[in-house]
Amino acid sequence: MPVSPRRSVVLGAVALALALGACGGGDDGGDAAGEGANTVTVRGCNPQGDFVPANSNEVCSGDILDQVFSFLVRYDPETGQPENEIAADIVSEDSQTWTITLQDGWTFHDGSPVTAQSFVDAWNWAALGANATLNSYFFEPIQGYADVQGTFDDEGNYVDGSAAAETMSGLEVVDDLTFRVTLAQAESQFPMRLGYTAFAPLPQSFYDDPEAFGQHPVGTGPFRFESWDPNIDVRLSAYADYAGDVKPSIDGAVYRIYENDDAAYNDLQADQLDIMPLLPTSALAGDTYRIDLGDRFVSRETGVFETITFAPESVDASFTDPRLRQAISMSINRPEIVDKIFAGARTPANGWVSPVVPDFEDGACDPYCTYDQQGAQDLYAEVEPFEGTLALSYNADSDHKAWVDAVCNDITATLQIPCQGSPVVDLATFRNEITARQTGGIFRTGWQMDYPSLENFLVPIFATGASANDGDYSNPEFDDLVRQAAATPGADGAALYRQAEQLLAADMPVIPLWHRVNIAGYSTHVENVRITVFQTVDLLSVTTTG
Amino acid sequence: MGRYVARRLLQMIPVVIGTTFIIYALVWALPGDPFAGRCGARPCPAAYVADMTAKYNLDDPLPLAYIQYLGNLLRGDFGETFQGLSVGEELLRAYPTTVKLALVAIAFEIIIGIGAGILAGLRRGSFIDNLVLVSTLVVVSIPVFVIGSVLQLFLGMRWGIFPATVGGDASLYNLILPGFVLASLSLAYVARLTRTSLAENRRADYVRTAVAKGLPQRRVIGIHTMRNSLIPVVTFIGADFGALLGGAIVTEGIFNVPGVGNLIFRSITTRDGVMVTGAVTVLVLVFLLVNLLVDLIYGWLDPRISHG
Repeated sequence: MPVSPRRSVVLGAVALALALGACGGGDDGGDAAGEGANTVTVRGCNPQGDFVPANSNEVCSGDILDQVFSFLVRYDPETGQPENEIAADIVSEDSQTWTITLQDGWTFHDGSPVTAQSFVDAWNWAALGANATLNSYFFEPIQGYADVQGTFDDEGNYVDGSAAAETMSGLEVVDDLTFRVTLAQAESQFPMRLGYTAFAPLPQSFYDDPEAFGQHPVGTGPFRFESWDPNIDVRLSAYADYAGDVKPSIDGAVYRIYENDDAAYNDLQADQLDIMPLLPTSALAGDTYRIDLGDRFVSRETGVFETITFAPESVDASFTDPRLRQAISMSINRPEIVDKIFAGARTPANGWVSPVVPDFEDGACDPYCTYDQQGAQDLYAEVEPFEGTLALSYNADSDHKAWVDAVCNDITATLQIPCQGSPVVDLATFRNEITARQTGGIFRTGWQMDYPSLENFLVPIFATGASANDGDYSNPEFDDLVRQAAATPGADGAALYRQAEQLLAADMPVIPLWHRVNIAGYSTHVENVRITVFQTVDLLSVTTTG
Repeated sequence: MGRYVARRLLQMIPVVIGTTFIIYALVWALPGDPFAGRCGARPCPAAYVADMTAKYNLDDPLPLAYIQYLGNLLRGDFGETFQGLSVGEELLRAYPTTVKLALVAIAFEIIIGIGAGILAGLRRGSFIDNLVLVSTLVVVSIPVFVIGSVLQLFLGMRWGIFPATVGGDASLYNLILPGFVLASLSLAYVARLTRTSLAENRRADYVRTAVAKGLPQRRVIGIHTMRNSLIPVVTFIGADFGALLGGAIVTEGIFNVPGVGNLIFRSITTRDGVMVTGAVTVLVLVFLLVNLLVDLIYGWLDPRISHG
């Protein structure tokens, strides 16, 4: 039958559609999750930057880098206590000069050995102003940090040669396996930090081409970085020569990238995804996940702490009396909000330090973080009544509205202060306004710990002029105590930090709300799933069932 | 014909420049510094902010920054994302998946949509006709994310016939479910369009003439009626294909399809302005070209329309 040209258009389109659609049709092999039998799939997300440890400050890239790298210390996944990993010994006489010796036998995935130079060079690179890394402030305590910063011209371009030095004077290689770190001032909890991503050692190959390294990092950890297919997945395989005590029992892991939480959760239920480190809100509501997953979930407190900060006095002078701040704190019914809104994914806070910190002690906020309507009203009766409407600002691009409204209702019900949630379009705008000291009233703040230490929950937030001190809190007594604590090693130092924390109850610059609890789910294909205090999966303990 | 195409191509230049400028201006005019939220509760190191500002020309006045961007674009350089990846490569990676998904959806529209429309159009007022009318009405009135989630729950998770999500393995089989969901709305329109057009043409004079000449029923419907009835349908499907190539944010999100829609959605949420501008520029170009193509096909199918 002759085919007319017009009909051939339609037929051709159909044929083309089917032919093009057919190409790329692969077969589905392997287990239920579509991978090799001893490989696990983990929900991943798109990293916001490249995979250079000095540039990673969010969970998407940090999660993967922590599997690819080993550090001087490793935090116990259960207790958060740091234990030596690559380090054989970290000692100091005066908490200011630290001598770090490494264990012999550690290698990078490219076969080159890990030496003292690997650490010193990596830290110097990260601190150098010209490299403009995101994590450079972690090296600020090291002597000579200011000298390597250099200056920038009006255009924002780095002025070549403007740094007084190329390397920090506080870092000194003693021999192949020993180096010395001199801090600008004593810091007894310094070893606590050394397991953070920014302190990773780097191989020589990094310096030849940092950009290529950022797409394909070479580390020292239990897993070797195989490939990164943006928007699709990151593949890791077990490193046979890993020198750590605990070797992974799985052959590898695939971090499958999902843009949408619910899509990942649906895959988890269908057994097509093995581990989801953080279940979505929709699954937590009404304990749905318990019905969907049975007992295939783990919950774990993590170092994410959520708070409300009072605007600095220079911006909003309504809150100068600490009794008003305490009254507001006492009028919030934390347990009820945690139960009704977060379905158990938070625990009420009663202090300013997360319970995952090894030296944590409960109750620093007593009695001001306990819901007590009468107590709140009594305190409020002693002060000048608040005038106008209390605005509680938050960024509207995350799930904050529900709890903000609940907190406002509690404040209004207890103190008769009209309170109104005040949404700001997104996190960038919200943080920008806070940093520029434009936000009045009270606003949502949060702190995700860098490392589990008392110091990390107190100094960066409450020391005078500290980087995250959004309320411009300044108390000479507090500054003095944390300075003493920094110079005092061991339990005495921890006691001093806790004493400083006690001062916050009297001043109440920031209202503690709750600590985040991570609820992770897993498929029938895996067992022994543990979540670290950093909300990541402990791939060393995971085993497969098949 | 050639002059018509040339004129249309020339017309595209101001459209592309205009749209990219608007997108570029909007993306970078969002309030707040795009790097402000990058470091959690503390401000980012000054060196980092200065470096990024210089890299993306954020300190230049907007028209100047745009001209620099456009200059790079003309050399084929779409710029780099915040992750240090080339925007051009990212788009090349995402596009094949979106094209495949769009083709699967179009196949559904052609097979089911036209099929149902013909059945309904040939037997007006019959049970089949009413069934098609009611079911398309239902499909049109249900939002796509409901259809997507329901089909995913039953076909993907409960019965395990299709994978619940697509992910990296965008094979034809894996794309059937999202393709069907994506096609559902247009499918309903195609069915109704075919039905109406066919039913109208069956009463046309030339069909009556054909029947009077004693031509067999098959030939009257298959050749004479169908050919003319399908003209509006082909135009609709062509324009729809152009729209589908723009990515489907909702459907790609539900089924985790790593296509253009997902890419744009992520770039908007992370405020990756370079990626958003690059992707939208390509979308505009694709849309314009597909539209030109559809117009040309239209003239070819219906000789009364002349592009001379």
